Amino acid sequence: MGRYIIRRILYLIVVILVVSMITFGLMHAIPGGPFSREKALPEETIKMLEERYHLDDPLWKQYVDYIYNVLIPHFSTTAPTNSLQDDFLVNAKIGNVWFRWMNFGPSFKSRSRTVNDIFRDNLPISAQLGTMALIVALVIGMPLGILAALKQNTPWDYLGMGVAILGVSVPVIVLGPIFVWIFGVELKWLPPTGWGASPPYLLGFLPSELGWEFFRYAIMPSIALGLGSSAIIARLTRATLLQTVREDYIRTARAKGLQERLIITRHALKNSLIPVVTIIGPMFAALVTGTFVTELIFGIPGMGKYFVTSITNRDYPVIMGTILLYAVFLVIANLFVDIIYAYLDPRIRYD
Amino acid sequence: MTNDNVLLRVEDLVKHFPINQGIIIQRQVGAVHAVDGISFDIHRSETLGLVGESGCGKSTTGRTILQLYRPTSGHVYFDEIDLVNLKGNDLRKMRRRMQMIFQDPYASLNPRMTVGEIIGEPLVVHTISHGKAIERRVAELLELVGLNPAFANRYPHEFSGGQRQRIGVARALALQPDLIVCDEPISALDVSIQAQVVNLLEDLQKQFGLTYLFIAHDLSMVRHISNRVAVMYLGIIVELAEQNELYDNPYHPYTQALLSAVPIPDPSVEDRRRRIILEGDVPSPVNPPSGCRFRTRCKFAKEICSVEKPEWREIQPDHFVACHFAGELG
Repeated sequence: MGRYIIRRILYLIVVILVVSMITFGLMHAIPGGPFSREKALPEETIKMLEERYHLDDPLWKQYVDYIYNVLIPHFSTTAPTNSLQDDFLVNAKIGNVWFRWMNFGPSFKSRSRTVNDIFRDNLPISAQLGTMALIVALVIGMPLGILAALKQNTPWDYLGMGVAILGVSVPVIVLGPIFVWIFGVELKWLPPTGWGASPPYLLGFLPSELGWEFFRYAIMPSIALGLGSSAIIARLTRATLLQTVREDYIRTARAKGLQERLIITRHALKNSLIPVVTIIGPMFAALVTGTFVTELIFGIPGMGKYFVTSITNRDYPVIMGTILLYAVFLVIANLFVDIIYAYLDPRIRYD
Repeated sequence: MTNDNVLLRVEDLVKHFPINQGIIIQRQVGAVHAVDGISFDIHRSETLGLVGESGCGKSTTGRTILQLYRPTSGHVYFDEIDLVNLKGNDLRKMRRRMQMIFQDPYASLNPRMTVGEIIGEPLVVHTISHGKAIERRVAELLELVGLNPAFANRYPHEFSGGQRQRIGVARALALQPDLIVCDEPISALDVSIQAQVVNLLEDLQKQFGLTYLFIAHDLSMVRHISNRVAVMYLGIIVELAEQNELYDNPYHPYTQALLSAVPIPDPSVEDRRRRIILEGDVPSPVNPPSGCRFRTRCKFAKEICSVEKPEWREIQPDHFVACHFAGELG
């Protein structure tokens, strides 16, 4: 397994190179640039700005510089400066040498911030929201699916699948404002907007205080965001479990004299979870890297908006940073999915 | 034979599978009469063979006896305890004493569990042994069925069909049951391996005094292993007798037709042999014929056969048959 994980991490580098190359090519192919304005800036100003951000270099050089800054570790004996051009995500002092890694560059739009600032300040909030939404999705979706499968064609099944259909078909953009209106404005139980945690974060992403003050803000957006995913999980759990409980070896388990609870958990569920785990991987990556609509409705300062605005602004470093972040999360989430596969199906061996 | 020699007594067992129709409100529009009132005894350490065409309800009978399907009506007395009235934990405890070997050795073993886990699980759930004792018992069982005890850490897909069926046998034996229902244990296997598994079952019976209900459609194999044989047709038993008596002296026209289909491994006899070819198909079990179920395909059928259900009678000592004209037909 160890060798497999190392191989997969090396493969991650290939993914980053390919994704970055395609993204880089596409974003330079679309017309306009970071400094195009409705009222055009003077020619000299644009020239100066492009020179400052090295946009006047040939494209291949810009790309190589970018990859060099992001992927290649830097060693220096001088202390890091406060310059926006010189902001690395990893800064470690080993002896009297500085080890510095991953400089995603400054944002063109927010002049005083770097892409790393976004990762440090906004990504943790999205990660907190996304993790809680995924927990909501699992806690609601799995039991609903199991119940519907075990009580197939009974009112429980219809109720569960009705809720699931509702969950899929009512998007956050409808559910969110309804939540805000009922619980935030009318009942005044929960704050209608905002987020209950701010930097610094524990380990870079955990809220420093995990109390009521945090959950007060998190409950509504987590449920609104998680409900849609819970519906997908519920339907998938139901479908695969229905198939598994009809297998012969479930009858064997019953003939052995196992308790019904054990038959379901040990024999049926374990054998039917693989498709569910498969979709949880990409689902997790999509939820934690920021969800534009949910964050917008609930006024959460996550990084969802950067995915959208960076493209309209032609904010090249932010586009590259957000897309690469998403790719890395996706690959790592899928790696975890593959590791869980091996636990669920011991026939799967990677070495 | 005295009564306490009877391990299993089945009385008027019925299993109907409902057929439902309707989009929102489900209405029962009929039922598949899979098993429709059968009665028989199985004595201790005996093998009762149960034969019949596909779809006649043999497997359903086996599963209903073990309460894997709950019967529609009737009683199953196991050592004078009525299984039909048992529920939950009481029923689970009885499962220690009655096990089943399934037809399909490919589908009936959980593919995600090792052989050791599959065989050892009953010991764990019935809290019979723990830890190392389970491993020892699994090794012992594997050896008993002729497999290498080192195979305990492998998964079912690493074995051949015959080996898998041996794993199924070891699993059934783990709890040291009194009764084993063998549901076509050999029909999914190659002919060359069938004999191995049957011999294994016979050896184990001698060694542990096991009682078998042996369900099969291979008549010569059933004759080989059974003490008595019951013949099923469309959800009912039409004839039951000691094995040689039944094969040599069949009374029911269906049994006669069935036996005439068994090829004889002697070309000169085979040439002169008269085969009884049954006309038509097996009627639908949703709507079985009135009176005698076999009358639609029976060349001796008379008026009475469609009116009156034939009585289950003892035509010879220990030879039972359900036919109005049994004994009068050539």
